[in-house]
Amino acid sequence: MELITNHLLSLILFTPTVAALVMLLLPKDKTTLLRNFALVASLIPFVLTLVVWAGFDPQPSPGVPFQFVEKAEWYSAIRSSYHLGVDGISLPMVLLTTLLTPLAILASYSIEERVKSYMILFLLLETGMLGVFLALDLLLFFVFWEVGLVPMYFLIAQWGSKNRNYAALKFVLYTMGGSLGLLLAIQLMGVAVGSFDLLELYQRWPGLNELSIPIGLPVATVKAIAFWAFVVAFAIKVPVWPFHTWLPDAHTEAPTAGSMILAGVLLKLGAYGFLRLVLPLFPAESQQYAGALALLGVAAIIFGALGAWAQNDFKRLIAYSSINHMGFVVLGIAAAAALLNTSSPVALLDKNIALNGAVLQMFNHGLSAAGMFFLVGVLYERTHTRDLNDFGGLFAVVPVYGGVLIFTAMASLGLPGLNGFISEFLVVRGAWPVMTLATALSMIGLFFTGAYILKALKMVLHGPLNARWLGHLTDMTRREMMVIAPLMILMLILGVWPAWLLDVINRAVAFLF
Amino acid sequence: MAVETLIVLIPLLPLLAFFAIVLFAHRNNALSHWLALIAAGVAWMLSMIVFRRAVQTEELSRFPFAAAIEWLPTGSAALKIGVQIDPLSAVTLFFVAWTVLMIFIYSIGYHNFGQPKGEHDRPGLPPHGAEIRDGHGHVHRVPSIEPMYARFFALISLFAFAMFLLVITDNLLTLYIGWEIMGLCSYLLIGFWYAKESARNAMIKAFLTTRVGDVFMLLGLAALYSLTGTLNYQVILNNPAVLNGLASAASPLAGVSWAGLIGILLIIGTIGKSAQFPLHIWLPDAMEGPTPVSAMIHAATMVSAGVYLVIRFFPLLSAGWDGHHLTLPMLVMGAVGAFTALFAATIALAQNDIKRVLAYSTISQLGYMIAGLGVGAYVAAAFHLVTHAFFKALLFLGSGSVIHGMEHGVFHTGENIDPQNMLYMGGLRKKMPLTFWTFLAGGLALSGFPLITAGFWSKDEILSGAYASGQTAIFWMLAAAALLTAFYTMRQITLTFLGQPRSHSAEHAHESRPVMTIPLVILAFFAITAGWVGIPEYFPAVGGLLPNWFEEFVGSMLVSHGETAHFSLLPLGVSVVVALGGLWMGWLTYRGVVRPVDPLEKPLGGIYTLLRNKYYVDEFYQWAFIRPARWLAETLTDRWLDRTIIDGALHSIAGFGVWLGKSLRRWIDLPVINGAGDLTAAGTRNLGAFLRSLQSGRVQIYATVGLGLAAMVAILIYFLWVIG
Repeated sequence: MELITNHLLSLILFTPTVAALVMLLLPKDKTTLLRNFALVASLIPFVLTLVVWAGFDPQPSPGVPFQFVEKAEWYSAIRSSYHLGVDGISLPMVLLTTLLTPLAILASYSIEERVKSYMILFLLLETGMLGVFLALDLLLFFVFWEVGLVPMYFLIAQWGSKNRNYAALKFVLYTMGGSLGLLLAIQLMGVAVGSFDLLELYQRWPGLNELSIPIGLPVATVKAIAFWAFVVAFAIKVPVWPFHTWLPDAHTEAPTAGSMILAGVLLKLGAYGFLRLVLPLFPAESQQYAGALALLGVAAIIFGALGAWAQNDFKRLIAYSSINHMGFVVLGIAAAAALLNTSSPVALLDKNIALNGAVLQMFNHGLSAAGMFFLVGVLYERTHTRDLNDFGGLFAVVPVYGGVLIFTAMASLGLPGLNGFISEFLVVRGAWPVMTLATALSMIGLFFTGAYILKALKMVLHGPLNARWLGHLTDMTRREMMVIAPLMILMLILGVWPAWLLDVINRAVAFLF
Repeated sequence: MAVETLIVLIPLLPLLAFFAIVLFAHRNNALSHWLALIAAGVAWMLSMIVFRRAVQTEELSRFPFAAAIEWLPTGSAALKIGVQIDPLSAVTLFFVAWTVLMIFIYSIGYHNFGQPKGEHDRPGLPPHGAEIRDGHGHVHRVPSIEPMYARFFALISLFAFAMFLLVITDNLLTLYIGWEIMGLCSYLLIGFWYAKESARNAMIKAFLTTRVGDVFMLLGLAALYSLTGTLNYQVILNNPAVLNGLASAASPLAGVSWAGLIGILLIIGTIGKSAQFPLHIWLPDAMEGPTPVSAMIHAATMVSAGVYLVIRFFPLLSAGWDGHHLTLPMLVMGAVGAFTALFAATIALAQNDIKRVLAYSTISQLGYMIAGLGVGAYVAAAFHLVTHAFFKALLFLGSGSVIHGMEHGVFHTGENIDPQNMLYMGGLRKKMPLTFWTFLAGGLALSGFPLITAGFWSKDEILSGAYASGQTAIFWMLAAAALLTAFYTMRQITLTFLGQPRSHSAEHAHESRPVMTIPLVILAFFAITAGWVGIPEYFPAVGGLLPNWFEEFVGSMLVSHGETAHFSLLPLGVSVVVALGGLWMGWLTYRGVVRPVDPLEKPLGGIYTLLRNKYYVDEFYQWAFIRPARWLAETLTDRWLDRTIIDGALHSIAGFGVWLGKSLRRWIDLPVINGAGDLTAAGTRNLGAFLRSLQSGRVQIYATVGLGLAAMVAILIYFLWVIG
């Protein structure tokens, strides 16, 4: 028992991998068994996450910045260790991941071909994502960062739709392109400080003014280069405008569950990188370039919304909406970056609120984007088209689907009473005093968020019924309701009573920044 | 129970009804409307209890009923939200509870509960009617029940929740939440018959046009919250220190104080929600929704919420007002309100759809209130808000009853006419007496018929406020608007109810069921009497007979009163003359209409066309905003930025990579490495041949090779050891 309670995070992290290995031994034609096995296996980390949540003390202290910490020797030669832990920023992300993975697997029950390899890849993907959120060692962070990439590449390239090869390649090359700089910067920092341990780096790297390795460049320049290497890697992942064009392709071509995870979790890795690494490790540089980051965030908000509005492919429209919503995360982070060194209580509050909003927005977008992609998939499985012009008037044929779609779309639109509003409001509130112009401009994007959501609803549900679907369309099945219902319930709960989550985030953010 | 608990229950009950209907009762029509009705009924009862207690409480404006909880953790503190009933929310609660309940009841009849199902009825389209066979074997066409009956009651319950939430809340954030949820309900209910192309366009237009206002309002919220650290009404609005601070702090906009900037941001929210120029375009189209929706959302409650917001924030909007020079937000309100009042009234002159006339009249009357607020007539604006809610809900429900009667005629005759077009009506007073008398009461109240109607008292107060403030332009615009209002109202009454029927359908129209007419009678009662609680003391003859309760109750909301209106006969005279004059001219013009043609169409010529087409504002927006926005999205963002520039750059990088790979292969791999490989093979062979030739067995050659090798090693050693 002690073994379990002392290694909860490792269990969460590696249960999916172990399950994937076990699945290798299962017969590949027993699809029901494979699916159920994968689902049950992915529920274990979720339950364990709830256990962690229950035992988690929201209030961090200087002695215990991270909880459930595990540390073991790994590459002692280069002083990199297996170091895991959670705080109020990573724990919500872990919860999001372990929640969305079972739902995505349940959504994948309609996958018929090569179920075994599909499920194995999915489980491996979960380990990769969780590792990023749990790692407290830079090298470990990078390993998991890359590990997540591979299964996703195959998921898109093998189970995707028509243009999948292009999309998968674009996704993987783009992300790896970003990772190159990240790896170099990580190595540089590790060598300079003599450790890859994040806690140690937090202590020593920001104040470092002499490098132990002879590069021949001033420290400030080296730091700036490392900063930009981090920023570009994470900006591609978020994605921040103009590094975003891999996203519509990858999300559109990926299988439904792949898109759910891509939008729901993978994008959060980038934003998490900003919060976990960029802001604490490069406070001076972050502050210096906060304005530029805010501008890019606002560009993502505006051009993401405009881009979404321009689409006639339902899935592509939702894909663009991710750019739009993640822009608010970036705006919140940028506003906080500008205030990193502040000591005035008013500005501290602004920073705190902006970061609360950013982290909450990450979680909220995970719910609503996963939900929207799932709903697109539900429709696609029945109609085999994603062209909005092919639909019309479906509300009359599939009323339950229609209601669910309107609900989820409204959460995505940021309707007050549902989750998205709270986080967007907090970001706007936090960013307004610091980035007044950027915040004001972001309202253009917020307006067009309405435009594209309503466009989708209009073309799918409303208007005269396209006679093609009369009698060919069935409403949502019980399994599909089981996928979407937890998301809907959470969206509602978070919209009405966000304090349970926000309190955890708030304390962590107040402590860290 | 503590009064705060009762207050919390008011919005909660309709919300529960919404969830209950959606989850459990969506297939059961009777159960769904009972759930909605019971929730609305109990909410109404609680509202009345709360209202009674509020009226009996001394100094309620300083010590309102209030309770709050911590909602959003922010830093070391938390943002609180809660409920609050003060005089302003009490009177708002009063009219909201009444109109909501009446409209709920009316909806049962409007959606033909108890009628058979239509054979061709589909969800998403208005019912087409059903054929029934009576005892004699005759086939009749009768109205059929709405196919989405339960959904309607679910949605209006959700709406009622949002509206009650907005009224009882104690802070701007929860107000905004209610405000937006109402927007969603408005969207869903305008598009209730979503399969109609016109409805699906109208629903989007309504949502997006109001959203323009909402995003500005959100900035206002953020700014106010940033500067004051709270969004609570009492803390901000009942606090001269905060207000003065905001009024004296300079905002980023040159020459505008923070109070001014926040005020304008909030006013833009109101302009969207209350359909003021230039964001008025959505409201007329919103008439696509079922008539109870038009009555509730687009006349009595939601659009009133916009005015409620500016009344609520009047202390902020008027911060720094000395009683003479209007503050910037007040000036904006005065200008926008007065212009809208007049502008919308002119359009109403040339509309033939019975509901559209009322829609423009609503825009115009809301403009009246906002203009009133702009000139500082705080109590008058609030008063008009209340009376207008009653008589406009009445008028809409009356028009719904008329449409129902006309539809009955259309079913009977099979005529192909629009049952909402007033030109095909006429003479309905005999067919639908209850509807006629109640509509008349509402119409006279809207026109401001002197002394007996509620509308007169509230409108008169706004006019005297405008006059007293010295804003003569606003005063005369409002007076002209009042004249036109009386005129088009009489036009509507005359065309609809008086004279002779102008179609067979009108001949066969008949009165609606009691479930629809009883709410009309109750609302008519308020349309007459609601004005009597606010008769000014100084009014000739009748002043002072009844205490001016409204002024005393709601007026206590202002920490410092503005200049009290000096009594003057001029505005009173003007208000009487325009009301009676407009009614009289309207009757004169339209009493003799026999053919379905507007007698003003010819004489007014181009002006009529201009009014008929609403000054072409929609067309202008299409050209000036919507098309450029589409270009920005489809061409600039999608085609140029994303597909051409960014992806183009990526593809060139990728292309360069591929080119580099190919070139490396061509220029390095093939000649050098492959070449080298080939060379190696050939070289080895050659070397072998060469070496074979060495191993010839001849000693001289061995010696030569040995010497040569030794020399090479010696040279190597020399270089390595001596030089190195």
